Amino acid sequence: MARPMARQFANNALLIAVSLATASAAFAGVLPEDRADALYHRYEGGGITISGPSVLVRKKIGEQFSVSANYYVDMVSSASIDVMSTASPYSERRTQYSLGVDYLRGKTTWSTGYINSTESDYKAKTVYLGVSQDMFGDLTTVSFGFRRGKNDVLRNIKTAQGAINDPAFAREADTRAFSVGVTQVLTRRLLGSLNYELITDEGFLNSPYRSSRFADPTAPTGFRYEPEVYPATHTSHAVAARLKYSVPWWRASLDGQYRFFTDSWDIKSHTVQLGYTHPLGRSWTLDGSARYYKQDQASFYSDLFPRANAQNFRSRDKELATYDALTLGVGVAWEFRIQRAPWLDRGTLNLRVDHMMINYDNFRDVTKGPRAGQEPLYKLNSNIIEFYVSAWY
Amino acid sequence: MRPARYLVLLALGLPVLTACAPIEPWVKPYEREKLADPIMAFERNPVSGSYLDHVFESREGARGASGSAGGGCGCN
Repeated sequence: MARPMARQFANNALLIAVSLATASAAFAGVLPEDRADALYHRYEGGGITISGPSVLVRKKIGEQFSVSANYYVDMVSSASIDVMSTASPYSERRTQYSLGVDYLRGKTTWSTGYINSTESDYKAKTVYLGVSQDMFGDLTTVSFGFRRGKNDVLRNIKTAQGAINDPAFAREADTRAFSVGVTQVLTRRLLGSLNYELITDEGFLNSPYRSSRFADPTAPTGFRYEPEVYPATHTSHAVAARLKYSVPWWRASLDGQYRFFTDSWDIKSHTVQLGYTHPLGRSWTLDGSARYYKQDQASFYSDLFPRANAQNFRSRDKELATYDALTLGVGVAWEFRIQRAPWLDRGTLNLRVDHMMINYDNFRDVTKGPRAGQEPLYKLNSNIIEFYVSAWY
Repeated sequence: MRPARYLVLLALGLPVLTACAPIEPWVKPYEREKLADPIMAFERNPVSGSYLDHVFESREGARGASGSAGGGCGCN
């Protein structure tokens, strides 16, 4: 059984969960709104389908505390190119719970929480702590964050009774992350933010399933597979700048973002995103966005190594290749109120669709090759659908 | 002393002096109506934004600094 794609989907989940837990604390001097969201998500592309619910509930307790809880599921059904190259299709389920608390004191908000993610071959526990402070007449907010994660990496094997954890394989990986950010009121219509995050991992960082390939003229296909080997440490730096502008001609907002990323594996990437939000009448809000991403490969990535054991570290993970991606998205929200439910301030029904197109520069589709190293370059097109209900109370 | 040196001293000294004075908000609280509009929130829909970040991070080598680190318009 091989399931590297699911690993890709699960590895960063906790990182995102932390941003989910803290994102609502947008203003240091005021607690987040009481709000509940129930979302159904579906990702489909490259032979993989991932769907499931996400439910987020947030409630104030008194004037100084706000608690939040999130339940999130990824139901994975994969026949991806990685799986079709070296193994057979599989299904998997990842379940994540998180609990967070925000404490407001003056113009300072303290946030802490715990996140637990479980799937049959990957267990992750994460704690985080953050603080943000309003200053300079509430024009500036400064934030610091720290996160610590402990992960257990297991490997499933097929038996007559079904898939079980391989008793001969159990590894660990630890993650620590530090972040600092500042958000600034620049003019009456313009907000800006600048964020930096350092993330460092240590332990077993590659997939226990994925293989790299090397040229072998004696093989019928011209190549063979061998287990990939990653460094035991990984440190990354990301800096992101963002501007949000209220346009003067009508009620609408423009959003611009840029992020630079570099890491100890020699990956460098640039991300640019533009967004536009336009309310229509009292009830409707339209969103549109375009996101461009470009990265250079990791130093130990190769689509086809020249021979077996060609170097100490080897990967054929396409997420470590050189490629660029364009994602276009549209969303619509409809706001409603229910007179029979006076406790409900308002609610929204939301639909969002994104289309992602990735063009790999040095990852080839081995299922279509006449000769090793001459196969067509792989392209990945994905559709991402979200439908959710939000309620403020 | 040449005028240029006065200018240099002034340029170096002014930030030191002004650091002691309270900073006046150049956008007053009553001027933040546009910034307080919900469509100006960095994370208007946290559950959706976090899910999309999750999808991108799963497909890309880059990670981190994807969300707003908190902070806002001071509209309260």
